[in-house]
Order: sequence, then structure tokens, then C-alpha cells
Amino acid sequence: MSIDRRQFLKIAGASALLGLGGLSTSHLLLRNSLEAAQGLTDPSVITDPKALVAKRWGMVVDMSKFKTEEDYKRVMDACHHIHNVPTIGNPKEEIKWIWKETYEHAFPGQEDKFLSEEIKHLPFLVLCNHCENPPCVRVCPTKATFKRKSDGIVMMDMHRCIGCRFCMAGCPYGARSFNYRDPRPFIDKEKENLEFPTRMKGVVEKCTFCYERLAVGLKPACVEASKGALIFGDLEDTNSEVRRVLSTRYSFRRKPELGTHPSVYYLIG
Amino acid sequence: MLETALKGSRKYWVWIFFLLAVIGAGFISYLYQFRVGLGVTGMSRDVSWGLYIGQFTFLVGVAASGVMVVLPYYLHNYKAFGRITVLGEFLAIAAVIMCMLFIFVDMGQPLRVLNVILHPSPNSVMFFDMLVLSVYLFLNILVGWTVLGAERKGLPAPSWVKPFIIISIAWAPSIHTVTAFLYAGLPGRHLWLTAIMAARFLASAFSGGPSLLLILALIVRKYTKFDPGKEAIQALSKIITYFMITNVFFLGLEFFTAFYSGIPGHAEPLKYLYTGIEGHGKLVPVMWTSTILAVIALFLLVPPKFRKNERLLVVACIATFLSLWIEKGFGLIVGGFVPNPFERITEYWPTLPETLITLAVWAIGFLVLTILYKIAVSIKEEAVFDKYGQRQVK
Repeated sequence: MSIDRRQFLKIAGASALLGLGGLSTSHLLLRNSLEAAQGLTDPSVITDPKALVAKRWGMVVDMSKFKTEEDYKRVMDACHHIHNVPTIGNPKEEIKWIWKETYEHAFPGQEDKFLSEEIKHLPFLVLCNHCENPPCVRVCPTKATFKRKSDGIVMMDMHRCIGCRFCMAGCPYGARSFNYRDPRPFIDKEKENLEFPTRMKGVVEKCTFCYERLAVGLKPACVEASKGALIFGDLEDTNSEVRRVLSTRYSFRRKPELGTHPSVYYLIG
Repeated sequence: MLETALKGSRKYWVWIFFLLAVIGAGFISYLYQFRVGLGVTGMSRDVSWGLYIGQFTFLVGVAASGVMVVLPYYLHNYKAFGRITVLGEFLAIAAVIMCMLFIFVDMGQPLRVLNVILHPSPNSVMFFDMLVLSVYLFLNILVGWTVLGAERKGLPAPSWVKPFIIISIAWAPSIHTVTAFLYAGLPGRHLWLTAIMAARFLASAFSGGPSLLLILALIVRKYTKFDPGKEAIQALSKIITYFMITNVFFLGLEFFTAFYSGIPGHAEPLKYLYTGIEGHGKLVPVMWTSTILAVIALFLLVPPKFRKNERLLVVACIATFLSLWIEKGFGLIVGGFVPNPFERITEYWPTLPETLITLAVWAIGFLVLTILYKIAVSIKEEAVFDKYGQRQVK
């Protein structure tokens, strides 16, 4: 069998493409599985001995301790300042990590026309639920949002996010915000926290349970500012304060019927 | 074969330059969006997908619909479609290219697009959508080009291409099924959380896509010497009729489940789309336009007497295409986000830059389509007879 130059070039070209493609794919898959295996358990990662660790971080929001407007504001401001959350002003483009929603909106479907006006319009603090079974993580095409194996925090890699906003469609809690424009001009330069990165346009962001504070032994900023109204701890540790509260008082979560298993619980009255 | 696209009449060049002008305007708008961010669109924190993703979804259907001429021809040896299979395949190529561009212009960080390949995430339906669309594009280029090349030489298509044709037939429904899964697997988006989402997508694809193909075939017949054949046109019209009926039936099923069950979450998005909620009704006129067009389409499609009249058939196809374009390319996507997870209402309407970018992507699609059709038609005009010895030139 003889082949002419045209045929030879065709075969050579196709083989080169296939070979390169196969090589890079296997390389990438391998590298990704390595990345996934790493985490806080990796001995090559040096962790602060003071770091707060848990199997699964959770939060209990005790609404009975929020009495005045100031109680809410202090908590929300603590988070938004420390994370350089911009004040855009336009509700269509706003960025928020922790904010207020009245009972009827935070728990749609639970409202009842005979419910006291006080409860119906009671503002609840809402934030990312750090679900045990997070739909946002499931749908992300780049693993830019992922559940940290070591402690269950649903993390955001703002450098990997391609801004497809699939996670925003996936999240049933409206917890995610997208940077519709450059957020930096909307951050008060006087109050900017230089220890936490600002974001760029075109990426999604949300609450991350202050992973950066946990790593140095501090509780989340909102918890610290709440004066005991927010209880933070390990849901897998039977002796933790969150577990003690959950086992003694009636608590509820947002949209439990969806099977996402939120790690944020609410107490009322 | 490409050289045939470089020779054309005055009308051909006017059309090409018109498309280039639309692309130019959209490109400038895109530079503006690229600099400022997606804030230049009408999208918001609550309605985080809009016209771009709607067009993407609709066009995946158009791409998949190529199978409606390829399957009867290759699996059932339905000879009347022999002349137009390449039109279906080339339409699929243009549609997939538009799909990819719509995803690209919707990205917040477009320069990171390769992250989808660098960090493959098989848990994400979007990862699979990228895979199936790329393969489908490749299959259609390979099959369309090879079969057309053989026709130019007056030879039968090489036998090695047959397996690729069979794969492409199975592949077509898969691209639209995967696209439906983007929506149908999301908890808390009641309008999308329906088991018949993929079935609805396929029904609307197989009526909307062939409607466009039929219109294109008639345009080709009018402006060139190539004749797609009366029988092919009539066979297409029957396909459109059956799938349009199926599509309307499926939509009716959604209404039944939502309103008879009385579950508020399921009914609210439909109420928003068709009646408006609490004074918010931007989409109501649009959705009723779609509904009226669907009624007109069915009225003209179902009785054979009307369908056999090509003038009425064209009107029916335009009505079908526009009705589905509104329903799927706009209402279905926006409606999924309203009311938002807090049962609050934020409305959406596309902005001027967003519209110009959308038009430009369509223009790119039509440019690709024009060039491909020009090549196909030139070859068919030269061949004079189709492979069954019938004259395919007027």
C-alpha cells in the first residue's frame, strides 16, 4: 500500500491532534483529582494552631435577641465592611452577603392570614445556608464554587468563576450576588479592609462563613457583632453550643422540603 | 468548494454587507459590555439570565431539528428529503455556532471560558452541554461537507460517513435533552422543575426548527435555480403540524398540573407570564402574542387544504416560529426567575446594547448559513440532477 503526500499529512495531522488531546485530558483529570484530594488534612498545608476547626460548621439565628434596628444593622455592617461588600444603590445590581427579609418572604409558603402582623413582618436575617447538599455546587461548570470537605463550608473561588450565573439559578435561597459592574468604585475607600480581597466585575459572590477568620481562630464577623444572637459551631459535635440549643429548643430552616439541608437554623420567641 | 461563496449576484453581496453591518453594531455594543460588565443588560440579581440564554436555549432546538430531515432520509430511505438533508445539516451548524456565541456573550468573565475544559466538572449539566454541542457541531460539519463534496464529484457518499450519520441522528435529541436538564434539575425554580421539560423542548424544537427550514427552502427556491421539491416541503409541513400540536398539548399539561393541584409555587410563574402579578405584567402582551400566533399557526396547519397552499403554509411557519421563539427564547427563561426565591417580583426587559448584541449573534449565524447555503446551492445547480436522476434545477 502506498500513500501520497496528501494522505500522509492527513493521517499525521489527525494522529497529532488525537495524541495531544488525549494527553492533555488525562493530565487534567489527574490534576483535578489531586486538587480534590487536598484540603485541610493535607500535611503540606501549614495551618494556624489557633484555627477553629469543625466537621460541619452551622449557625443558629436566635430571632428573639434581635430587638432594635440597631441589632440587625450592627451584624450586617460588620460582615459587609470586613468583606468590602460594595454599596451599589441599585437594587437590581446590589451585592449582599447577609441581610433582612420579613418572615413571609424568608419563609414563603409558611405565611398564614391569621398570623400576627408582628410575626408576618418580622425581619429575619438571611445568608448563604451552606447546605449539606448544595445545588449551586452541583451546577457549577468549573468548580469555582465548592463544598470544603473538611468543614462543609460552601466556598467561592473568585479567580476561577467564569460568571455564567448557573449557581444563581440553582440556589433556591437567593443567597448569591453577581458583580454586574466593577464593584471597587462603590467601596468606601476610608473603610476598605485591606486584608480581604475586593472583587472584579463578572464574578459571583456570597457569604463564606468567614473562612479567613476561622483560619486564624476568630469566629465569623457577624457572630462576633451579634452579642450572642448568632450561635456558631460544629453541627457534628454533640457537645457544641449549636447542638445543645437545637436539642433543647424548637428550630426551623428555610425550604427544608428541597432536600438541600441548610446549615443555618432559626429560633423564634 | 468555498470558492463558490465568493461569487454572487448583487443581491447576494448586499445581503452579506447588511449582515456585516449588523455584526459591526453588535460588536461595538459587545466592546461596551466587555468594558462595563453585564450591568449594561436588563439582567439583575433576581433575573440573572435573560435574552442571551433564552436565544441559546431556542437555538439548541433549531440545531437539533436538522434530524427531522436527516432521519427520514437515512433511516427510512425517504427520497424526497435527499435534496434538503444538507440544508438541515448546515442550518444545524449555523445554529450551534449561535448557541456557543450566546453562551459566550452571557459570561461575566469571558476570557476564562477555557476553565470549563481546564476544570472539567461532570456534576454540572453545563459541562455536558458543552460536550454534546461541540460533538454535534463536528458531526454536522463532517457529514454535511462530505456528502456535499461527493455530490459535486457526482459520486455516492463514501461509506465511512454512514456511521457518523447514524450517530448524529441519535445525538440530535441528546443536545436538547441535556439543555432541558440545565433547567429541569434546579430545586426551587417551579416553572422549570417539570419532568416533561425535555419532552417540551423536543416538541417545540421539532416544530420551530423545521418551520425555519421550510421558510429557508422556499427562499432558496425563489432566489436560486435549486428546487428543494414540492414533496419535501409538504412532508416538512406535516412534521411541523404534528409537533406543534404536541407542543401546545405539553404546554396545556403544565397548566393543568399547576392550576388543578393548586400549589401556589407552581402557579405563580404562569400567572406572572399570562396575567401579571400585583401590577407587574411586562411579559403579558408578549406571551399573549405568542399564544395568538400559536392559534393562527394551528388553524393554518391542521386542515390539509390550508397546509397544501404554500402561501398559507409560509404564514403558518412564520407564526409557528415566532410563537415558539417568544415562548422559549424569552418567556420560559425569564418566567423561571419570577417570582424570585423570596416571592418578590423583579421584572426584566432587554436593553439596547443587549438587543444589538443579540441581533449581531443572529447575523453571524445567518452569515454562516448564507455562505454554507450558497456553497450547497451552487453545487446542486451545477449537478442539475439529484442522485435519483430527478431534475433539482428549475
